[in-house]
Amino acid sequence: MNKVRNNHAWWLILPMLLLVAFSAIIPLMTVVNYSVQDVFDPYTRFFTGTEWFQVMLNDPALQAALLRQFAFSLTILAIEVPLGIGIALIMPKQGWQASAVLILVTLPLLIPWNVVGSIWQIFTRGDIGLMGWGLRELGYGYNITRSPADAWATIVLMDVWHWTPLIALLCYSGLRAIPEAYYQAARIDRASKWAVFRFIQLPKLTNVLVIGILLRFMHSFMIYAEPFVLTGGGPGSSTTFLSQSLTTMAIGQQDLGPSAAFSLIYFLIILLVSWVFYTAIMHRQKDPTTQGER
Amino acid sequence: MSWMVWTVPTAVFFSTIAAMLAGMTAWEIVSPTVERNGFLPIATTRGDRLFIGLLSAAYIHLIVVGFLPISIWFALGLSIVWMLVLMHWG
Repeated sequence: MNKVRNNHAWWLILPMLLLVAFSAIIPLMTVVNYSVQDVFDPYTRFFTGTEWFQVMLNDPALQAALLRQFAFSLTILAIEVPLGIGIALIMPKQGWQASAVLILVTLPLLIPWNVVGSIWQIFTRGDIGLMGWGLRELGYGYNITRSPADAWATIVLMDVWHWTPLIALLCYSGLRAIPEAYYQAARIDRASKWAVFRFIQLPKLTNVLVIGILLRFMHSFMIYAEPFVLTGGGPGSSTTFLSQSLTTMAIGQQDLGPSAAFSLIYFLIILLVSWVFYTAIMHRQKDPTTQGER
Repeated sequence: MSWMVWTVPTAVFFSTIAAMLAGMTAWEIVSPTVERNGFLPIATTRGDRLFIGLLSAAYIHLIVVGFLPISIWFALGLSIVWMLVLMHWG
């Protein structure tokens, strides 16, 4: 317990607070204001109270989008986290190979979202796309504009391709930070590879994995551009996720009140899930350096 | 400010939150919080309990507004009681 006596350094975060106030808190307040009114312009608005929230919570299309969203986020986490750890474990540790592999692994992360969507849109086309054409030649009637299962599999595959490198990089840095003494002790004990992974590497990776899982969850929960470009939410509404429903409502139909109510519900869900994730993992390992969270 | 389309209820809401945060800051300066174990499954500080209380209050309101045929004031009352219980025994 080393108590900090002089707390004046806290004033240094004041500029950051101001910045956040303008970029996040004031817009959020405005959204709250919109969610309880029917606004036509600043002078023509009607107080609606909780009506929008009631409508949004009971909208079957949005409920379906929410379930779809959870299914998507959990699927990609279940694939990306083990895969990312696996890739990090087999990446070379030193020499030019390490640099080369690092760059190759990082490449997908550098591509903007809508470009990723376009790449996969072309990649999966039946006439000119390598994957679409190849699967078709192999005898499978692959078509993302007709079959919801194909569309789903493709979006999951696209997300895994785009974002597994993030988990792999985080884990790679976490693995590099483990002191050699742990491995020496393991060798003296003749620990198996699995035991080394289970009792040395995995526990040491917990912190980076928390960050990785949180980032990936929030990111995938808000996914927009990639499915929008690839499938446009179709076929039907089988790949319409929450943010796309929201955009259709707010930009397409200009229903600002309902979309504001919907965004707040969306925000609360993300806040709850992220908090539960964070607290569960942080409290399980009770590391004194990670206490003092909010 | 007119672009923010303020209403009285939302203004009251945000003033209350701001007052809570200010109050918690003052309380923290007067007597710093100690992490402790209550009925919650995790050790919490005062700020943690306030956060949990506010977040669960939001969900209580959503459930009442969306799915129950009772007034939102019941949700508010329940949230206040829950917040007090949480702050004291949580």
